[in-house]
Amino acid sequence: MSDEIERHHGPSEVAEPIADPGLPVHQYRVTDVDEAQARRTERQISLMFGLATLLAIGFTVAYFAVDFETTFLGWSAQNFALGATLGGALLLIGVGIIQWAKKLMSDHEMVEMRHPVRSSDEDRAAVMADINAGIEESGIGRRPLIRNSLLGAIGALALPSIVLLRDLGPTPHGQATTVWKRGMRVVNDVSGTPIRPSDVEVGQLINAEPAVFFPAEGEDHSEFHGHELLAAKAKAAVIVVRMRPEDITPEKGKENWGIDGILCYSKICTHVGCPISLWEQQTHHLLCPCHQSTFDLADNGKVIFGPAYRPVPQLPLGIDDEGFIIAMSDFPDIVAPSYPELARDQKKLDGE
Amino acid sequence: MATDTYTKVEDTKVGKKAAGPVGWVDDRLGLAGVARKNLRKVFPDHWSFMLGEIALWSFVVLLLSGVFLTFWFQPSMAEVVYDGSYEPLKGLEMSQAYASTLDISFDIRGGLLMRQIHHWAAHLFIAAMIVHMLRVFFTGAYRKPREINWLIGVGLLALGFIEGFAGYSLPDDLLSGTGLRFVDGLIRSIPIVGSYLEFFIFGGEFPGELIIPRLYMAHILLIPALLLGLIAAHMLLLVYHKHTQWPGPGRTNENVVGFPMLPVYAAKAGGFFFVVFGFTALLSATIQMNPVWAYGPYNPSEVTAGSQPDWYMGFSEGLVRLMPGWESTFFGYTWSWNVFIPGVGGLGLLFTSLALWPFIERWITKDNREHHLLVRPRNAPTRTALGVAGMTAFGVGWAAGGNDIIATQFGLDIYALTWVFRFGFFIFPVIAFLITKRICIGLQHADSDRILHGYETGVLERSPDGGYSERHAPLPVAGQYTLTARDRAPELAPAQTVDANGVEAPHNRRERVRVWLRDKYYAGAVDKPTADDVHHAEEHLGHFEGHPSDHGDDFRGVSDAGVPKVH
Repeated sequence: MSDEIERHHGPSEVAEPIADPGLPVHQYRVTDVDEAQARRTERQISLMFGLATLLAIGFTVAYFAVDFETTFLGWSAQNFALGATLGGALLLIGVGIIQWAKKLMSDHEMVEMRHPVRSSDEDRAAVMADINAGIEESGIGRRPLIRNSLLGAIGALALPSIVLLRDLGPTPHGQATTVWKRGMRVVNDVSGTPIRPSDVEVGQLINAEPAVFFPAEGEDHSEFHGHELLAAKAKAAVIVVRMRPEDITPEKGKENWGIDGILCYSKICTHVGCPISLWEQQTHHLLCPCHQSTFDLADNGKVIFGPAYRPVPQLPLGIDDEGFIIAMSDFPDIVAPSYPELARDQKKLDGE
Repeated sequence: MATDTYTKVEDTKVGKKAAGPVGWVDDRLGLAGVARKNLRKVFPDHWSFMLGEIALWSFVVLLLSGVFLTFWFQPSMAEVVYDGSYEPLKGLEMSQAYASTLDISFDIRGGLLMRQIHHWAAHLFIAAMIVHMLRVFFTGAYRKPREINWLIGVGLLALGFIEGFAGYSLPDDLLSGTGLRFVDGLIRSIPIVGSYLEFFIFGGEFPGELIIPRLYMAHILLIPALLLGLIAAHMLLLVYHKHTQWPGPGRTNENVVGFPMLPVYAAKAGGFFFVVFGFTALLSATIQMNPVWAYGPYNPSEVTAGSQPDWYMGFSEGLVRLMPGWESTFFGYTWSWNVFIPGVGGLGLLFTSLALWPFIERWITKDNREHHLLVRPRNAPTRTALGVAGMTAFGVGWAAGGNDIIATQFGLDIYALTWVFRFGFFIFPVIAFLITKRICIGLQHADSDRILHGYETGVLERSPDGGYSERHAPLPVAGQYTLTARDRAPELAPAQTVDANGVEAPHNRRERVRVWLRDKYYAGAVDKPTADDVHHAEEHLGHFEGHPSDHGDDFRGVSDAGVPKVH
């Protein structure tokens, strides 16, 4: 056996420096020798159980007596009353039982011998013989046709079990586009009011949404609802910022995407999709609160720090007849976190 | 069968009452044979053996409080208009999941308490599992024959993380939605199949309307069932192997010394359940946990600054924050290393290395014996140092997960801090390893000194020529024995590259790597004194005490420990 390379000394090989003195003499507790002390402990323990009973009753009283509005130290009195009585009762029962075990139950240590986990050689041989007999008698080795076709059939069962999961969801779609389109107004994300360039001051950041998320004039409901609205929002949320035009260094082709220093960027981080909202007026940096990716909005949303890789996409802006800010198209760059088909989808977008 | 003792039991009060029911049950189940072996099973006593128990009982608390919550919670993402008693959110559109969570908090008496107990117990469950696992690691309790139980434990911890995250996501508040958004980004980052997985798991584009019901199923059925099964297996193996124990007088690798299950451990463990439950109830009564009503319903275009996952996900979160923004495109696919490596790789690496460690160590040491005695961490310096290095890496990741909080609280530059953590993730564990190993070896030297030179009595003696020395006295025998009750280091044979006939052995290179690792593994550790050392020291101690001044010509002063340097 390879074990012989290293010999782990057992006690027999090298004499132990100190011989095992054996189990120490049992120490009696006060409660073992003094009956009065034992009775006192008994009383203490039953006092705990008695208090626990009272607290359980107190819980019931509090349940009916303390209403939701009452506060205690600035926080729900009901929660405190129920929790304190229930917790106190449980704790007293637990401490009482443990005290009983420690102080009054016999504390004579017992010794039990261990046995090697390994079975005896006979048992092992018998098991091997049984397994062998089972294999022999089944003929699985002699009849490869049965064995192989059975393995094939069981393997084929993987198909139904995988295929059944197919309808968990649709195939990926629509990741490259958002609801933005040419002419859609950029509106305030809370009130839904459209924005004029004069509403935005230098250094200001406005959280905005596409107008389609709010009811059109004369209507009660918007086009989007419930989870559809959330899914659309998860891609279309934007921020509108205004910087001094001379601070901005637009890339080629993006010179006319802003209006007098007003630029619009996706609010969704290209890292894992948190809404990016921490805006530093002075540096024009936008910081994602989740993982601290930092984007320079004066420099085309470029990543200047953190785990994000792609710049935060920019939305080209324009102004409609009534003087409100509108989008000139959907995002030319794909918003939200990267996904495997992103490069291909982006190529398609660029080609259009 | 000792029939005479059985007769005696029948004559006792309990015997007369219980014989009937016990007989009835045994006639039908025949379990007396099993019960006879286990009812009075001996368990050793040590405070650190209680850590796993905390995990077990907090799991029971989770089951109880969880069942209560299911009576009202509605795992649906359908939008409703909130009409409950919490004024600030009245009239707002939100998912049914969030609305029913608010109902539990504000309209069901005791609902808020149960929600808080559930969340507190979840924290306790995972924290206790981690501390219990560290105890098992640092004392070597995972060694043969307990490797399978270690693997079950690693599985339990991993499932606990997933279970906790699923539960964190269910209320569908702004914070839990932000967590799901992260998971969505994480799934997307999986190479090639990421989009498909995302659409299948969320049932369409994020957030869809299926993820909450699906997580609910996983949270209350699938994962708890797995946890329950694995916990049962964990406990059965514990009973079957018998608990490990600390070495000491009369406590050897061949026996187990302690108190019987009935009545002492049944009472102590049973009582401890009430203590754990009571403790979580008191925490929930006094300390607010996850006030979902303050966050508002989920909205993918909003986030609160300082968004944090529950603490046990902090390691993963931190790695995601530390990772540089790497992304590449090849074979027509986008590969998001910036999310995939830390998000999937971090926890993957953690759990894989935990699962493999017992087998790696056994391969390195070739130690094939059964171990039922625990090892003090100092007596396995390399293992202990590796453990501390791992904890340090975990800690750096964890701290990095709160880098924004640290930066704002201490007025530090967040970018500089991130750079410190980026390098620190690799450097700090190495430093921790080196320091820990030195501390362990130092402690081993101290143990040796205490055996060979006794302990410091605090009695100073002045010799006629003015020198001071402290008198040492031998430790009690039981203490000496306990200090020496550990394995002697094995003989480290050089790698055998050729066999007895001079033929090159197969797996030559692997064996050389193993021997190199083995030498590193044992390097520096102080072996325990031999019988000769102790014999010699005894003479010396007696000698020193009897003749404090007569040092002879070769006396060269006294060492720091008060022992003459001649020795």
